[in-house]
Amino acid sequence: MCNNANPYVPYVATIEDAWFETEGDRCVKTFKVTLDDAAARESWSHQPGQCAMVGILGVGESMFCISCSPTEGDFLRFSIMRAGKNTQALHELEAGDKIMVRGPYGNTFPLDEWKGKQIITIGGGIGQAPLRPIVEYVKANLDQYAGLTMIYGARTSGDLCFKGEFEDMSKSDDLNCHLTIDLEEEGWGYNVGFVPTMLMDVNPSPENAIAITCGPPIMIRFVLENLKKLGFADEQIYTTLENRMKCGFGKCGRCNVGNLYVCKDGPVFSYATLKDIPEAFA
Amino acid sequence: MDILKLSKDKFADFLATLSEQKLYAPQKVGESLRFAPVTENSKVELDMANTTVPPKSIFFPQTETLYSYEMGNTEMQTPREVDEGIVLGARPCDARALVIVDNLFAWDVDDPYYQDQRAKNTVVGLACNKPCVNCFCLSVGGDPASTEGLDVLMTELEDAYVLEPLTEKGQKLCQSVAAVTEQAAAEDQDGAKALHQQAREMITRKIETEGIPEKLPTLWDNSLWQETADSCLGCGVCTFLCPTCHCFDIQDEVEGIEGRRCRMWDSCMFKEYTLHTSGHNPRPTRRERTRNRINHKYSYFVQKFDVIACVGCGRCINSCPVNIDIVEILRQAKEAL
Repeated sequence: MCNNANPYVPYVATIEDAWFETEGDRCVKTFKVTLDDAAARESWSHQPGQCAMVGILGVGESMFCISCSPTEGDFLRFSIMRAGKNTQALHELEAGDKIMVRGPYGNTFPLDEWKGKQIITIGGGIGQAPLRPIVEYVKANLDQYAGLTMIYGARTSGDLCFKGEFEDMSKSDDLNCHLTIDLEEEGWGYNVGFVPTMLMDVNPSPENAIAITCGPPIMIRFVLENLKKLGFADEQIYTTLENRMKCGFGKCGRCNVGNLYVCKDGPVFSYATLKDIPEAFA
Repeated sequence: MDILKLSKDKFADFLATLSEQKLYAPQKVGESLRFAPVTENSKVELDMANTTVPPKSIFFPQTETLYSYEMGNTEMQTPREVDEGIVLGARPCDARALVIVDNLFAWDVDDPYYQDQRAKNTVVGLACNKPCVNCFCLSVGGDPASTEGLDVLMTELEDAYVLEPLTEKGQKLCQSVAAVTEQAAAEDQDGAKALHQQAREMITRKIETEGIPEKLPTLWDNSLWQETADSCLGCGVCTFLCPTCHCFDIQDEVEGIEGRRCRMWDSCMFKEYTLHTSGHNPRPTRRERTRNRINHKYSYFVQKFDVIACVGCGRCINSCPVNIDIVEILRQAKEAL
């Protein structure tokens, strides 16, 4: 939970590195960030699935998933799509600039509970950002899991985030990496087709497996349908929700789906929980 | 500590004594009656049904600085802690609302701004002798003389007030006004009790809440929400004036090089409240927003904190420009269950 005495006051952090993942109007830029204060760094502890408020004084702050695993080191990563006022301003920032961070917020993927299981991530577009920490965490603790399968797709090859990382993965025997894009492109050496279709082609067994999916709502809907077809039980399927947020710790009111707050009870939910909440996929 | 009697001809002295601290009391501000700091020229109005704006505005101001900063600098200054103060003339329903909202602001993470105000202020309540036509506090766990959230309960008699201290803070306050008060006689105390009973009997509006918290969400697709939303203007007055509504927005305000990040009341009845940056809105119309407002008060909040987030003050009914009536909504809901 929040480490500051005053939960509204962010930590000052420095951008160590920043790079564009994708191009275009709604491009994604990744920031590698370190908290300035040594005590803050010491007390900060996040797990895959959690989020943080990232912002600039004088502009505002928005909630983003932390797109790195604690196994990667003593820093934070945020992969941010340019979409509105705050993200536009954040995209202007470069290595060496200051950035304000508070958190971490929300629950985590139950990676301890999942030990011994086959982990399958199914992502689309920027939806890979919350899945990336799982991928990195499982990669770092591969002896504790039955294996890792990653299915990731985007509209075009230019819309895929974290591309360099997956090319290495595709070469590994322990990891199952399936990249796909919606339409054929010259020079594209991987799959072509929508993510839900790709899932059926990969045809993962539900036995001793957990499937986690994040991406556009329409993709999630068809992925859920297909996971059911493949025999996955509701309890074996996880996703993350997002909603507009202001505080991050259950006070400002707006991020609720039914009686659950995405910022506190989520963002990680099992489909078993969500299927009974009529507003969950609204 | 004894129950005190304050003669009405000593009321000015009483106010003067209390004003030695920061004192808030109902006063006419523009068109509305609201809690405002008492100064020498203040005209305190306790002869009221209830204030237009509930005293939540003291504990959770409509706009409040979380911290300030200079542009180009990352140093943030939080406001200093508030002084001790007194809130005079809160209706019992509004004081109960504070206790209900306390749950939220203490849930898991403490809210330092709200909690500082709560700790520093002594709340002097004023029992309702004449409940309003739309009051329904009895249906939601309240009472015209409820003491929940109060440090002192005042009851107005014909020519005096009876002051009953309820907490340590209340006793301290009563000691501070010893010079202008006397011990209340048994007949004064009985008089107050009789007025409380009389007030209870004057409340006519009623909600049957049994089963509502558990089952209200099952009416998800009921036509009730569309029918209510059809007349709703989306003005948000029902939430702004609600003593238990606590939702807020956080915005940066910059003038020259001076900046501040502040929070301000927000309303679940506004489209922007849930609007995603992508343009997607999970609650796109007033139907979904109305449904969320009522479900939050009568079901979601109850599931989290075991108390209905409505105190039956009737403000949302009194102030709604199109006569949307929460009692009627809940009557229809109950009927549909």
